[in-house]
Amino acid sequence: MSEPKRASLFITCLVDFLFPGVARAMVKVLRHYDVELEFPENQTCCGQPAFNAGFRGEARELALAFLDVFEGCEAVVSPSGSCVAMVKEYYPDLFSDDDELSGRFQSLADRTWEFSQYLTEVLGVTEFPGRRDGSLTWHDCCHSLRGLGVRDGPRRLLSSVEGAELLELEKSDECCGFGGLFSVKFDEISSRMLSNKLACIEKSGAESLVATDCSCLMHMAGGLEKSGSEVRALHLAEVLADALEESGTGSQEEASP
Amino acid sequence: MRPRSDQFHELSSEALEDSFLREALKRASSSFHAAKTDAVDSMPDWEELRQRGHDRKNLAIENLPEALEVFEKNLRSRGGEVHYCEDGAAARDQVLSIIRSSGGRSVTKSKSMVTEEIALNDHLEAAGLSVLEGDLGEYIIQLAGEHPSHIIAPAIHKSREEVAELFHDHLGSDPDADIPELTRVARETLREAFLGADIGISGANFVIAETGTIVLVENEGNIRMSTTVPRVHIAVVGIEKVLPRRSDLAALLRLLCRSATGQRVTSYISFISSPRTGGEGDGPEKLHVVFLDAGRSRLWADPTQREALNCIRCGACLNFCPVYGSVGGHSYGWVYPGPIGSVITPHYVGIEKASQLPQASSLCGRCGEVCPMKIPLPDMLLGLRAKAVEAGSAGFSERLSMRVFSLLARSPRLWRLLLALGRPFYRLVARAGLASILGGPARRWSRSRSLPLPGRSGFRRWWREDSERGGE
Repeated sequence: MSEPKRASLFITCLVDFLFPGVARAMVKVLRHYDVELEFPENQTCCGQPAFNAGFRGEARELALAFLDVFEGCEAVVSPSGSCVAMVKEYYPDLFSDDDELSGRFQSLADRTWEFSQYLTEVLGVTEFPGRRDGSLTWHDCCHSLRGLGVRDGPRRLLSSVEGAELLELEKSDECCGFGGLFSVKFDEISSRMLSNKLACIEKSGAESLVATDCSCLMHMAGGLEKSGSEVRALHLAEVLADALEESGTGSQEEASP
Repeated sequence: MRPRSDQFHELSSEALEDSFLREALKRASSSFHAAKTDAVDSMPDWEELRQRGHDRKNLAIENLPEALEVFEKNLRSRGGEVHYCEDGAAARDQVLSIIRSSGGRSVTKSKSMVTEEIALNDHLEAAGLSVLEGDLGEYIIQLAGEHPSHIIAPAIHKSREEVAELFHDHLGSDPDADIPELTRVARETLREAFLGADIGISGANFVIAETGTIVLVENEGNIRMSTTVPRVHIAVVGIEKVLPRRSDLAALLRLLCRSATGQRVTSYISFISSPRTGGEGDGPEKLHVVFLDAGRSRLWADPTQREALNCIRCGACLNFCPVYGSVGGHSYGWVYPGPIGSVITPHYVGIEKASQLPQASSLCGRCGEVCPMKIPLPDMLLGLRAKAVEAGSAGFSERLSMRVFSLLARSPRLWRLLLALGRPFYRLVARAGLASILGGPARRWSRSRSLPLPGRSGFRRWWREDSERGGE
């Protein structure tokens, strides 16, 4: 590492409420690379649910609140691809009628990273240290893949972990059917998409399903559990933190999903 | 065709129950995927080609009014006639009056989505004319009394067995006939009809202003037949199909063929620039182009949605859409299904009659990724959702919950309080499996997924305690 990095954690409402273990795992991995972390206490929600439902006024209000909290940060890192895509892709567009604001949002967007992006693109990690035995399969979350271009980075990281066997997931780039409110507004279609996804996951033969967005993971984990599957759904950060743990290079904090 | 897009929920529910449809969609999507992926992978400059096609078509759409005038002038100068129709009713009447004035009685049609849009067959049949679809898929659908469920593969929802039964009932063929036999039976019947028809009706994939040319792309030869044999050829064309220059065509043809069927080029591409002239031995005596607006200029006038007019109807967004792949084309309730249908249908039939369509997407983004014209379909769906909210069509409870959500999320203190109070309550509910008391959404969620069970405390608390310990 050339110079010490500083980053602010954007933990997202869903992760804070339901999956704090994912956030702790991310902290552990970033600290392993000596990233100096802070957690702005006043963060809430990025406004994606309002934006996707067409409530642009509310989305703008929450974007401004987000700007208030994170504007002074050197870098913003988050364990959820779709929330990062909201900040990077849609915030600047929401203020396209205001050059000054739109520019400030663009500058923030340029400094905001999804966790695996930050590891591979900012820290330049290509080989991940540590050991974690077991087979894994990778699902490409839609907004991480198509919004942020995250594809090879996390696969490289996972396959570099000693003992980890990365198995191919058929149709890994096909949506799991979550889509936020879509999953309850059109629950029958969403459930069909989910069952297609679960069939591919089972077919992969992997012990764990890994992805980089907690909302998609929540959906697939819920489906796996409901169908009585033994496959575990894990966030990339949890797998990497485990690898540090098993090789004794990390701290002793547990990282439960 | 009367739109039923406001019944998307009901129609898609029925479709999900149909196990034949499920198999048919699965088969079709995997073969379309493989074909397009191969065709694109074998072309290293695909992305440049997409950009070129996008730029050319964008320019064409920007200059649409001028290009239409040039086309009209050039086609007229070589003996063709051009008509403009504001809506479906006007176009139907126009076509009928051309047929009447030419004394025509029997019509063959080649595959055309725009004539589906204006429900031309019903109108002509009601006027006592015989109308026969010349495309095999369309012919199957016509016999079955149905509508296409896909832009380029209208009978994709039908299995071989269903087609064999249909042909057996209508044409007396073997009820167990295989696909080559079914094709032979259809060809025999259709060939005879082509030779006896006096009116041929087609759509158009493109029309070129500079040369006054209609361009038609196909594989079966039925378009070539129905535009050359009958005495009169009527092309019904959406106004967005016009390209200013001949040089615009090459990129778009390549994008269309590869994206639609994965072919480098289709079996037939017809270029028609006039009716039969002096020394020619075939071709129609009369050539009419009926331009249809029917909502297109309204779409054209909306700068945030205008790009939807760039669509070349390849069907790739349908083939790669997991929602279309689950529910099939008929669920969309009108002519154009899939992501492009969800974008244009509200413009063409009115948002109040199609308000569910822009919602019926997980916004996975695949449609925008595979669209050869780079139409930002997910952004357009989002834009339509925003328009619906602006127009006040969101329900009271949704508006209220969004207001409350925004108020809470803008007050970090209230937000933290909500999370702190909500956690023990939610844990209790999730552990007891009592999703139903959380209301409809949680109940619908729980039908196929378990509720996630969070730990006793959230990340905030851990961070505070961790910081007190000095981090790590």
